[in-house]
Amino acid sequence: MSGLAAFVILSVGTLLEALVVVCAVRRKLFRRYFFLNLYMILCAFASLGRWQVLKQEGLKSLSYRYFYFYSDAVLTIALFFGLISLYMFVFEEMKLERYFRLGAVVLLAGTCWFSYAVVSQSSHKMLTYFAFELSQNLYFVGLVLTYVLWAAILKLRETRTLLVQLVLSLGVFFGASAATYSVSNLHPTLFSYVHNLMPIMGCLLPLSWAYAFWRVPDDARLTPARLAVVPR
Amino acid sequence: MMAALILACSVVFLLQFFVSYCRSLIAASAKHDLSAEVLDVTGLSRNTSGEDFARVVQLLLLCPDRPDDRSEVRAVGAYFRLLSFVRATLARIVPSAQAWIERERAQCTYFAAVTLDRRIAFSRDLLAQQIEA
Repeated sequence: MSGLAAFVILSVGTLLEALVVVCAVRRKLFRRYFFLNLYMILCAFASLGRWQVLKQEGLKSLSYRYFYFYSDAVLTIALFFGLISLYMFVFEEMKLERYFRLGAVVLLAGTCWFSYAVVSQSSHKMLTYFAFELSQNLYFVGLVLTYVLWAAILKLRETRTLLVQLVLSLGVFFGASAATYSVSNLHPTLFSYVHNLMPIMGCLLPLSWAYAFWRVPDDARLTPARLAVVPR
Repeated sequence: MMAALILACSVVFLLQFFVSYCRSLIAASAKHDLSAEVLDVTGLSRNTSGEDFARVVQLLLLCPDRPDDRSEVRAVGAYFRLLSFVRATLARIVPSAQAWIERERAQCTYFAAVTLDRRIAFSRDLLAQQIEA
């Protein structure tokens, strides 16, 4: 991918991230989905930072790669809390907020420790690989948690279309990201291709969330059981 | 080993989420009744078929674009291609999947026809606005 293409993709991503926040504000959903919007704001700032580093150092520079993967690790942590906020929506009547918060922190700490344990085996590459390993593991944990949340939505017959679409698009994003990171881990020779693919995938989540905030009415309802791959 | 396990699980979960996401987009159009005009233009009957999808999409592309349905059409187009791929490969080994795939492909066609209906209405509104101006 050329530097110009990288600039274009970054710019599109930043615009979409801003669009999500604008749509949420316009629909008066900003406070309701605060953590998701916070994630999008952080994404937009990270994109601006990446844009600056890309302009100064170039696409293939180590600085850009370090900045990209470390900012991605921070963003993944933010998204992790966004996911927990969706759990609170689905289980809001059960008053389980405290337990979800505690569980999220324990899970996050456990994932960090596990990533550190894996990376510390090749200590000379600690700094290089920690952010990468942490992102991969957090994406995977996020994917599993989203799957559990989807199962809960089906079980509890949650019908809010907006919530369902936010959860499903989050699942697609976590799945695609975890798969991409693990392919790169399995075949390091594919890293350069994967590195180019990631910003493109990064546009998918803001695109689908912007669509959901823009088009799906707050009171729209659907039957989630009809959406399951295996009929229930 | 760990990365391979993550990859395998991620691909399976990703496909499940993608299918459910596309079905949630299609579900919104299922309640919409097609106008007689669209049925006439597309040559569809009340019961759509997956075989008509390409033709309806071609008609869709002839209509002026509505920015708010562009991403939906792309996502459902990708879903239709995925279904066609599964039909050509896996469904030959598991014949029971054939009926489900056909039903899904027909719903994709219905979704495309509903989008066409909306685009025609949108174009008509635009034209009316221009005439009034």
